[in-house]
Amino acid sequence: MAGPSVPATFLLKDELDIVIPTIRNLDFLEMWRPFFQPYHLIIVQDGDPSKTINVPEGFDYELYNRNDINRILGPKASCISFKDSACRCFGYMVSKKKYIYTIDDDCFVAKDPSGKDINALQQHITNLLCPSTPLFFNTLYDPYRDGADFVRGYPFSMREGAKTAVSHGLWLNVPDYDAPTQLVKPLERNTRFVDAVMTIPKGTLFPMCGMNLAFDRELIGPAMYFGLMGDGQPIGRYDDMWAGWCVKVICDHLGLGVKTGLPYIYHSKASNPFVNLKKEYKGIFWQEECIPFFQNATLPKDCTTVQNCYIELSKQVKEKLGKVDEYFVKLADAMVTWIEAWDELNGTPAAAANGSA
Amino acid sequence: MTITPPSLLSLSINSAILHLSSFSDLSPLPDHILIDLFLRTLKAGKLNEKILKLFVASGDEKLLSLIRELNINPVISPVLPTRNIKDNDVDIVIGALQSDLTSFMNAWKPMFSRYHLIIVKDPELKEDLKIPDGFDAQIFTKADMDKAVGPSLTSQLFSGYSCRYYGYLVSNKKYVISIDDDCIPAKDDKGFQVDAVAQHLFNLAAPATPLFFNTLYDPFCKGADFVRGYPFSMREGVPCALSCGLWLNLADLDAPTQALKPEQRNTRYVDAVLTVPNKALMPLSGINIGFNRELLGPALFPGLKLTKEGKVRWETMEDVFSGMCAKVVCDHLKLGVKTGLPYVWREERGDAVQSLKKDWEGMKLMEDAIPFFESIKLPAEAVNAKECMLELAKLVKERFGAEKNSVLTQAADGMIEWVKLWKKVVVPASN
Repeated sequence: MAGPSVPATFLLKDELDIVIPTIRNLDFLEMWRPFFQPYHLIIVQDGDPSKTINVPEGFDYELYNRNDINRILGPKASCISFKDSACRCFGYMVSKKKYIYTIDDDCFVAKDPSGKDINALQQHITNLLCPSTPLFFNTLYDPYRDGADFVRGYPFSMREGAKTAVSHGLWLNVPDYDAPTQLVKPLERNTRFVDAVMTIPKGTLFPMCGMNLAFDRELIGPAMYFGLMGDGQPIGRYDDMWAGWCVKVICDHLGLGVKTGLPYIYHSKASNPFVNLKKEYKGIFWQEECIPFFQNATLPKDCTTVQNCYIELSKQVKEKLGKVDEYFVKLADAMVTWIEAWDELNGTPAAAANGSA
Repeated sequence: MTITPPSLLSLSINSAILHLSSFSDLSPLPDHILIDLFLRTLKAGKLNEKILKLFVASGDEKLLSLIRELNINPVISPVLPTRNIKDNDVDIVIGALQSDLTSFMNAWKPMFSRYHLIIVKDPELKEDLKIPDGFDAQIFTKADMDKAVGPSLTSQLFSGYSCRYYGYLVSNKKYVISIDDDCIPAKDDKGFQVDAVAQHLFNLAAPATPLFFNTLYDPFCKGADFVRGYPFSMREGVPCALSCGLWLNLADLDAPTQALKPEQRNTRYVDAVLTVPNKALMPLSGINIGFNRELLGPALFPGLKLTKEGKVRWETMEDVFSGMCAKVVCDHLKLGVKTGLPYVWREERGDAVQSLKKDWEGMKLMEDAIPFFESIKLPAEAVNAKECMLELAKLVKERFGAEKNSVLTQAADGMIEWVKLWKKVVVPASN
């Protein structure tokens, strides 16, 4: 267990849960052991609940399969996707910790250009604990990093920054491309290590990938709903995108920051582009409607909690995107169900009392 | 001692070296002339991949074996494909704040020598300029500026770091690259020299993507693309009008920050170019930029002069203010601004603490300017940079005009003069 890459201190050991959706196995955890072992894991088992998922020895974890989800949420379980990694958001809901790190089971430890193993979790924690700078772009990227700072011309009144709600990491090797790009460039691998963390400016949307993602559950948790995907749904592979658009609109409204960049993980599996194309197909057209919707979405001043913001957003989704497809009406309802379930499990009834759809 | 004057042949060869980029075929040249030309090109530091290809294409056996003997290999750090930007489309504008430019220009020779240079001498600089041979350079001094625009405008608009704007004005090229005279080429993270000019041109030639953030940064560079979730309708991007580079060693920090951290040097090479998103404001640093003069020219302007403006970057804000105008104009005209690569190596000059001792009004300026810039809405009728700038000047005057002797009101006046000059001095492109 002890080795040169074992960090001396494990930051936020008792304040962070690692949420992992899986349908296969958790062998990948062996490689992460030096970095993950002190942390509590929440495993969300997708697919056949009768299958046993082996968790490597020595990890402290709780595991939920579909039966557990149905049992815990009852009828509200309808908002949690089945046969799609979107089910991971159930893990966010049941966690009792302040921070969440979520990672896919085909993501391994990457090496930085000097050959050293990258402790992705540590970097995410650093990103979350340092302020963000959404109001003005710093050309030297994250000014709080060692060796960096605010550049000449950066207004002093904005140098305190905002609280960081989300830390979005990247991937070496197999990049997160959509199906059409994968079909055209099946062999392209991301080998560029970009040594930067930066804040995504206020008012700018981005494609949030759930493969290597950390967030402050207390600041933004209820907005991290990964939508209705997979079995019985007309769409897949847009779960994290959907959450990312909602999260960014709400973060911008509440004055919270979203960072992207380091850390890198090593993404090993290139999924089947034809299968992906079938899943994404509708999404490719729908995103053309969704993006202008989110870019123009405004939330009223009296929405001061994440739950309020999210419920308000769901109303707008139903009204505006409902015209695009019936799916969005269902999704808007599921968004409300999600908040109700969140508040039930997390004991915050007052927040949800802001009128229902 | 009698010195033999150079032969006609020798003079011709030297002249050819200066114009190598306009040759497309060297095969008619006899062996010995070809080899002489090659060796002198090497000596002049003008051999790059394109020129090497030109020589190799001549097919001359003796030359090819010489190349093999000298073990000349194409540089691994790629000379980036500049996507149809011809050498003739580019001007490199240097504002000379120091009189001896020899080491600066020699350091940049491999990257600068194939382009036309415009060197503008700070009108307040007393000594004569010293410029090494081997460049196709045009020099402008106070005398030229006074003749063209009059001494009062020269001193209002073109002193200190702002002298370079005169170069932007008189250039007739499509693209302008500008680098401070205290910067030399940097080395990338693999130890190769960075061709900052080629990188700026690459940035300017490829589209920008301001409407949606791509998490893999520039989707048009090799090995990258748009990520999942990036809307297809936005993948064409918009033309890039401005490319902002960065600095290793002495980063462009303000005086208080540098004074607080006197030992801090920027050693982090971030291998990325990204588009600054629509509506996001950023501080433009004039130290290392490239821009599309046809699209954006009038929007990069001098005219914001701090009362105690000095000859070190810590004592100026002209570029920061100009950059905010340029960004607002770009957002309105649906043009893109990129930031990131290339890096230059910025050498030590000046003393941050000394600069700090001056009453540094730049700090307060930004606090007032930013809310203003965030709220600007340019009218739909402003369809090019000139019209946008006139509108912007009006708005600046409106907002800050009441404050007497405000640096910002003076800037607004400067904007209007600048656009007038632009209309008067600039030869319109024939299109």
